[in-house]
Amino acid sequence: MNWSWMLPEAFSTFSEDVDAIYYVILWVTGVIFVITESVLVYFLVRYRHKEGRKATYDHGSTKLEVVWTTATLVVCLALGIASKGVWDRMKIDVPPGSMEIIVTAKQFEWNVTYPGTDGALGTADDFDVLNQIHAPVDRPVWIHLRAEDVLHSLFLPEMRVKQDAIPGRDIPVWFEATATGDYTIGCAELCGIGHTTMSGTLTIHTAADFQVWVTAQAQ
Amino acid sequence: MSTTEQEIGGAIVAGGQHDHHEIPWIRRYVFATDHKMIAKQFMFMSLFFLLVGGTLAGMMRWQLGFPSQPMPGGGILPDAMMAPTPAGAIMLPEFYNSLVTMHGTIMIFFAIMPLLVGLFGNLLIPLQIGAEDMAFPRLNMASFWLAVPAGMLMLASFAVEGGAAGAGWTSYAPLSTSGEWTGVYLGQQLWLVSLTILGFSSLVGAVNYITTVINMRAPGMTWFRIPLGTWSLFVTAVLVLLAIPILAGALIMLLFDQTIGTGFFRPEVGGEPLLWQHLFWFFGHPEVYILILPAMGITSEVLSNRARKPIFGYHSMVLALISIGFLGWIVWGHHMFQSGMNPLLGTSFMISTMAIAVPSAIKTFNWLGTLWKADIHFDVPMLHALSFVSMFIIGGLSGIFMASTPVDIYIHDTYFIVAHLHYVLFGGSLFAIFAGITFWFPKMFGRMMNEPLGKVHFFLTFIFYNLVFFPMHNLGLQGMMRRIYDFTQYEFLQPLQPMNEFISQFAFALIATQMLFVINFFWSIFKGEKASDNPWNSNTLEWTVPSPPPHGNFAQMPMVFRGPYEYNSPESDYDFLPQTTPPREGPGPSSGVPEPRPTPEGAEA
Repeated sequence: MNWSWMLPEAFSTFSEDVDAIYYVILWVTGVIFVITESVLVYFLVRYRHKEGRKATYDHGSTKLEVVWTTATLVVCLALGIASKGVWDRMKIDVPPGSMEIIVTAKQFEWNVTYPGTDGALGTADDFDVLNQIHAPVDRPVWIHLRAEDVLHSLFLPEMRVKQDAIPGRDIPVWFEATATGDYTIGCAELCGIGHTTMSGTLTIHTAADFQVWVTAQAQ
Repeated sequence: MSTTEQEIGGAIVAGGQHDHHEIPWIRRYVFATDHKMIAKQFMFMSLFFLLVGGTLAGMMRWQLGFPSQPMPGGGILPDAMMAPTPAGAIMLPEFYNSLVTMHGTIMIFFAIMPLLVGLFGNLLIPLQIGAEDMAFPRLNMASFWLAVPAGMLMLASFAVEGGAAGAGWTSYAPLSTSGEWTGVYLGQQLWLVSLTILGFSSLVGAVNYITTVINMRAPGMTWFRIPLGTWSLFVTAVLVLLAIPILAGALIMLLFDQTIGTGFFRPEVGGEPLLWQHLFWFFGHPEVYILILPAMGITSEVLSNRARKPIFGYHSMVLALISIGFLGWIVWGHHMFQSGMNPLLGTSFMISTMAIAVPSAIKTFNWLGTLWKADIHFDVPMLHALSFVSMFIIGGLSGIFMASTPVDIYIHDTYFIVAHLHYVLFGGSLFAIFAGITFWFPKMFGRMMNEPLGKVHFFLTFIFYNLVFFPMHNLGLQGMMRRIYDFTQYEFLQPLQPMNEFISQFAFALIATQMLFVINFFWSIFKGEKASDNPWNSNTLEWTVPSPPPHGNFAQMPMVFRGPYEYNSPESDYDFLPQTTPPREGPGPSSGVPEPRPTPEGAEA
């Protein structure tokens, strides 16, 4: 059994940044957890009822209230500000020069449309592949995420990507893989009876291999 | 002991002469208008649903621990739920989806919420503020008798063709808009109708609570002398009053989409699926606080009493409740970071969410402050209240992970969320409910609960609970999605099978342990040791009247002279000082305290 609080290895350009925030939060909350629970247990032992013990008649301390309110606010806002930059990078700033593909989700499959050899979507040489996303390493991929029926959620755990797909919308999702290999595609939003089967494979090729794959598919 | 209580109870003596005419059996036990009876009715109803919800969870855990293996006893369920095979009955994915949906729905709407709001709201508010009953006793009766048919409809939906609702307790559109997508037609509609009726029940209750707290406080019961239990229920009632209409509106819109062809949430006719999420969570996040604020109030009551010390920072506790009540309205978007909502909004909701962590932290620090230099008595209610504090710390801290938008990308819709919400709703709310039931049991039934059995129940529950829910964090970090029928279909999740089996085994033990509570509860109602009026030496008004209190509660209008947590005050020879005890010297009750208001005779009718 894996009781680890480490995140599994990731292979995208922004995965290090997002994992770093996770570890910062893990440390901050971990320290607060240990301190508060220790204080609690210490008080329970130290101030347990014994013959002759009398509780102190005390209504609190405004100074302490101000201190811990301010401290909590500062820590929480700092974590929020630290998160903002990474969020913008992951969800808003799709880098230029991306390879564009369309991923259309429907019960219970991922239909992936590739631009073909000309590299442009919406032309005659576009082709579709079911449940497989192929992409070159070290190049940003811009997924136009769509859905045909109900909500689905494109989950690429090793790329740290998750985005719901909504019928009627085209939602931009991007990532840039840093290592070749086969990775997981999952659906993270309950989408019906076959939800559990809605998986696929993300294959990251070298640039040359990817061209070979595209050429083979286009024929 | 009891002579002492009577003595320092001051003006209040055991009574019950008020309104002592015979009430017919049916008005006393069935269509009751007495707030204490309605509280008990809510308690019996929601404890029943707690068992139902637990059983549903047990079945889910079977499927997760032993994916697609024959379920023991599953053969008694119909073929629409379980596929019969020679080896035994195997759960179908559509039934699993119904279990996911109905476990969440029943636990939230029919167990935790009516226990906190229906039971404790009814029991505590009139007694703690010195009122003879709720402002509108008949509305109060209607509140309970709307909840019953709602619950029956919800249960009946398991028996209809297509089974019970299967779109999750959040019922996201478009999945929930048509049986075409889920295979559930009538069940989904019953779900909507049931929750709409239950919404009216809550609304009626909220109106009553708010009116009662504002208008019916005893002389001297100023706002800052109200016990935190009642304060939390008052803020909760305001949230219910404002949130439930949003839910009811959304439910009715969805019902129209399903039945008469409207297109509020159906994109194929121009509707907007995200509108459902916005409406649902605009209700849903205040709902989260509806499910935790009363638990915080109960914890404060028990903690201060059993620590024999004034609550630390009473005013900041009240202000924290109120600020949660305000901030709770501007954080709903944190459920929707990955929904496709404009990502710029993500940052706004992240900041508001981080801000709402502050009042929760204040409360936690104040509870710790209450224990500092205290005189801590480890009775069963205190054990449950302490585990509320320690588990709420975990649930609160794990919430920070989700509040951070980039981290949420990875853990959203995974078991990390399942762990978090159970640390708040079970580790938090349910432990507080156990604390409250065991603490006020003597007041409700006039008997004490069995202490050794209660301790065994507590320790086993506490241990098994943590063994079930703590590892779910780890499952989520490994990427295991929630609401998934068979995770072993994903290769990368297959190594998680042993941990899932481990969790399931302790989940079964956790459910079985609750039988100890059931036994203790019923045994104590009939055979428990007789309780005095004030077995916990408490200061608040409910302990100045007999256990159980008579119809009308107070023989005379109580007079309130001080705050609710004057434990170990130098003013008293004992380690407590009831709110009704007149001050030793200084101004008598005639000055500084308003005249007793005449008892409104018409209130009961």
